[in-house]
Amino acid sequence: MADRYIEPDSPELRARWGNWAWTPENAAKAQEIIARYPEGRQRSAVMPLLDLAQRQVGAETQTQGWLPIPVMEVIAAQLDMPIIRVVEVATFYTMYNLVPVGRFHVQVCGTTPCMLRGSDDIIKACQQRGMKPGHTTADGLWTFTEVECMGNCASAPMVQINDDNYEDLTAERLDAVLDALARGEQPKTGTQEPGRHTVEPVGGPTTLTAMVDANHDYRGEW
Amino acid sequence: MSLQDKDRIFTNLYGYQPWSLKAAMARGDWDNTKALLARGQDAIIQEIKDSGLRGRGGAGFPTGMKWSFMPKESRDGRPSFLVINADESEPGSCKDREIIRHDPHKLIEGALVAGFAMRARAAYIYIRGEYIREAETLFAAVAEAYDAGLLGKNACGSGYDFDVFVHRGAGAYICGEETAMIESLEGKKGQPRLKPPFPAGAGLYGCPTTVNNVESIAVAPTILRRGAGWFSSFGRDNNKGTKLFQISGHVNKPCVVEEEMSIPFHELIEKHCGGIRGGRDNLLAVIPGGSSVPLVPAEQIWDAPMDFDGLRALGSGLGTAAVIVMDKSTDIVRAISRLSYFYKHESCGQCTPCREGTGWMWRVMERLRTGDAAVEEIDMLQQVTKQVEGHTICALGDAAAWPIQGLIRHFRPEIERRIAENTREAAE
Repeated sequence: MADRYIEPDSPELRARWGNWAWTPENAAKAQEIIARYPEGRQRSAVMPLLDLAQRQVGAETQTQGWLPIPVMEVIAAQLDMPIIRVVEVATFYTMYNLVPVGRFHVQVCGTTPCMLRGSDDIIKACQQRGMKPGHTTADGLWTFTEVECMGNCASAPMVQINDDNYEDLTAERLDAVLDALARGEQPKTGTQEPGRHTVEPVGGPTTLTAMVDANHDYRGEW
Repeated sequence: MSLQDKDRIFTNLYGYQPWSLKAAMARGDWDNTKALLARGQDAIIQEIKDSGLRGRGGAGFPTGMKWSFMPKESRDGRPSFLVINADESEPGSCKDREIIRHDPHKLIEGALVAGFAMRARAAYIYIRGEYIREAETLFAAVAEAYDAGLLGKNACGSGYDFDVFVHRGAGAYICGEETAMIESLEGKKGQPRLKPPFPAGAGLYGCPTTVNNVESIAVAPTILRRGAGWFSSFGRDNNKGTKLFQISGHVNKPCVVEEEMSIPFHELIEKHCGGIRGGRDNLLAVIPGGSSVPLVPAEQIWDAPMDFDGLRALGSGLGTAAVIVMDKSTDIVRAISRLSYFYKHESCGQCTPCREGTGWMWRVMERLRTGDAAVEEIDMLQQVTKQVEGHTICALGDAAAWPIQGLIRHFRPEIERRIAENTREAAE
C-alpha cells in the first residue's frame, strides 16, 4: 500500500471537479447509506460513499472512475470529517482509484493459487495488448493492475474487469473477453470453462447431484 | 462411510438453484425460526457449545464459547453488536463467496439466531470490496428478509428486534483481522487495535462485539435444527462437524466441496478433485489451510486427517481449509516468495517489524529464488522471521513468517542447490 499517490491538487483539477455534486439519485442513495449506521456514527459511511462517488465519476467520465480531491471534500463535509481522514481512507484501501483510469480496469490476480494455474500467461497476454502496471493504454480502454488474491481460487486463474469476474482463463479465453468488451459487448461472466457451472469439479459435481435439475429438499432424508 | 448429501448444510453450494428467499425456504431455511429463538439465549449457546463447532475463519476458537463472552445485560445502556467477517481474502480461500452468492439466507438466518443468542442489537456483515456481485446478492437477500418480516422489528414474530446491515470493504486483506474490521466499520483505516480490551468488552463503537466468520454463522441454524449430536457425529474429537474445503492448484479438478472434518487428504483429493495432476507421485507439497500456514511435504500430507489437530501435528494448520496443492513442476521458492510479496503488499504499516520485515523478507526470498545469495543468508532469513513473529499487534506478521519457515524447514536443500548452482555459474 506504500506506492499510492493522489492526483495533485491543481487549478486545472479544481476547474474540472470543483463544482462536483451528487446526482439526485446518488444523493438519495447516500442518505440511505448513512442511515445504516447509528446516530452520531455517520463517519462509518465514508467507505460506501467513496465507492458511490467513484462510480458517479466513472459514469461522468466513461471510465471505472476515480477520486479527485474536490470529490473527497464533498464527502468530508457531508460526514463532518476532516478532509485528511477521508484521504487517509481513500489511500489505504486499494479499490479506490486515486488517479484517472481507463474504461476498463483489468485486474489480474497473480497470487500463488492463480500463479499455479497459469496467471503468468494471463499477465503476458495483457502485456501483449500494450497494458502495463499502473498505466492506461493510449486508446483509453485498459488500465492494468496485478492484484492480490481475489477469492476465486477454485476457478483460477481469473481477472476482475470493473464489476465482473472472468474465471478459468487461458490466454485465448482472456483475449475473447477483452475483444468482446472492446467491441462494446458484454461477454459471459464467471467461469469460461465450457460446461462448468461455478466451482463444482469440472465434468459435474461429485456431491449434491440432485440439486442440478431441481431445488431438492433434503429434509425428508434426515 | 463418508458424508452423505442429506447431511450437507450448504445444499445450493454450486448455485444450480436460485438463492432467493422462496427457493431457500423450499430447501429448509427460515423454517419456523421463531421456535428456534423461543428456546432462549442460553439454550442456543449451549447447543452450539455441545456441537463442538470451532470457528471457521482460521483460528478455530470454539464458537459457542465466544458467544458466551458477551454480556447478558447492558449495565450502562450500550448495545451489543455482531460483526460477520465476510472479508475472505486469505489466498486459497473461496468458500464464503459461495455461501454469499448461492445460499445467502443461511447466513442471514444465522445472523439473527447468533445475534439473538448473544443479545446483540444488530449485525454488520463486512464483505470484501472485490465481491461486488456477491454483495449485490447479499443486499437483495437482506431486503427480501426484511420484506418478509424475518428481520427488523419483531423479527420472525419472535418479539425480538434485530437489524442486519451489509458493509462493503474496499480491498484490504488486513480488514479480515477482527479489530481492523471494527476500525474499518467505524470509517477508519483498517489498522488492528491492541488487545485488551477485547471486542467482547469494547468493540464496534466501543460496544460489546463478537466477530464471527461467515461459515461459523451460516451453519448455526442447521445445527440447532438437527441437534448438537448430529453435528458432532462428524469428525474426530475436538474437530467436529462438516466443513467447506476449497482445493486449488495442481489437482485435476479444483473445486469447493463440503466434507466431513478429519477426512484424509488423499480421500478429499481423489474423491472430489480427480487426483493430483500427473498422479500421486507427482505431488510435491501442500499448503493445507490458506497462505498463512506452513506447507507440508507430499509424504506427510497424504494420509493426514484434514482437521485442526491433525494438521497442527504436522507443524501446519487447518486455517480456512483452503488446500493449495503443488506438484513437482512448481518452483516452490517462487510459490512462497509470491506469498511473501502478498504480505508485503497487505501489511498495514502500523508495526515496524511487519512493515519493514515483510518487504525485507520478500526481497531476500526473491534472491533465494534465483540463488543470488550466500548460504548463511538462509539462516539470517530464518532469524528475521523469528523477530517478526510474535512482535506485532496482529497476526499478519506471524502469517508472513510461517510460510517462509515452512519452506526452510522442508526445502532447505533446494534453496542451497540454487545458491550452489548460481555460484558455479558466476565462477564460470
